[in-house]
Amino acid sequence: MAQAAASADIGHAAGAPAEGQQHPIRLYLVVWGWLFVLSTLSYLVDYFHLHGYLRWSLILLFMMLKAGLIVAVFMHMAWERLALSYAILLPPLLVLVFVAIMVFESDYTLLTRMHSFVAGSG
Amino acid sequence: MEGITQARPMEAISRSQGWRGVVADWSSDQRAFKNVSWGKAMMWIFLLSDTFVFGCFLLSYMTVRMSTIVPWPNPSEVFALHIGGQDVPLILIAIMTFILISSSGTMAMAVNFAYRRDRVRTAAMMLATAAFGAAFVGMQAFEWTKLIQEGVRPWENPWGAPQFGSSFFMITGFHGTHVTIGVIFLLIIARKVWRGDFDTERRGFFTSRKGRYEIVEITGLYWHFVDLVWVFIFALFYLW
Repeated sequence: MAQAAASADIGHAAGAPAEGQQHPIRLYLVVWGWLFVLSTLSYLVDYFHLHGYLRWSLILLFMMLKAGLIVAVFMHMAWERLALSYAILLPPLLVLVFVAIMVFESDYTLLTRMHSFVAGSG
Repeated sequence: MEGITQARPMEAISRSQGWRGVVADWSSDQRAFKNVSWGKAMMWIFLLSDTFVFGCFLLSYMTVRMSTIVPWPNPSEVFALHIGGQDVPLILIAIMTFILISSSGTMAMAVNFAYRRDRVRTAAMMLATAAFGAAFVGMQAFEWTKLIQEGVRPWENPWGAPQFGSSFFMITGFHGTHVTIGVIFLLIIARKVWRGDFDTERRGFFTSRKGRYEIVEITGLYWHFVDLVWVFIFALFYLW
């Protein structure tokens, strides 16, 4: 308990300059502008009724660019030490393994449904 | 304890970079996350766990959408609004997206002003962020009302695959809850900033400990995360 309180005080002693994130306002405004542009572009993908792989790849591209800008600049991940960046950014990538598993599972379910409900009913 | 406190200036020494730095930080004494306070590290770890929650929601949405033999309702038409005599596709969702991005911008400004110890501007920017967030939740309530009146339920809807409703209410409902909590969080911290708690070192009501302007950045992390989740929901649920 006393140790916890003491380490909290150490955190205080370090102060804002050592741990704070100070960056020029101009950078934030530029990123802000880009987020607006990218959102408009992804809306236009729907507005112009793009279809198929072009639509999906554009949606994913704009999504990843926006997510990257928010995490890197607004959430300051670009300036953190790699020990934190990797601890936070690598685990979500494992969700992609889960995605792959569920894609197979969905395909199997779809095939079973088509076999039993569509072909079987005819 | 005194020894540790005095050893603190050693933090200024240069640290290893790259993978060597990762290994050095993780294998070092006391704290793996150098230059990051425990409050910020804990917020990051909470956000990581929240990422998995939303990841599972989007994953289950993908699974039901891929495995249904009934056509999925077209979001572009479902979320269209009738404006000026014609249907504008997805317009409400687009406006909500821009509102949330604007709020992320004002939040970034608030964090910046907080580190300059500009009490008034920080509080003003946080209040603007909260206002954008409240507007977002209001528009979501409007969207929910409209869809419920059109007959969307978690188990059925007039346009196609019944799983559409359950996915929609689950994902947007959970996200809306996060935005609402964020607005409350922002208002609480904005009040503290406005009152000058971090200049006068006033002790917190619950914790009895002095706060720091860093709490604005921690609040900002949560808020940007809410915007981040919306980026994925917008792309994968509304646009796909």
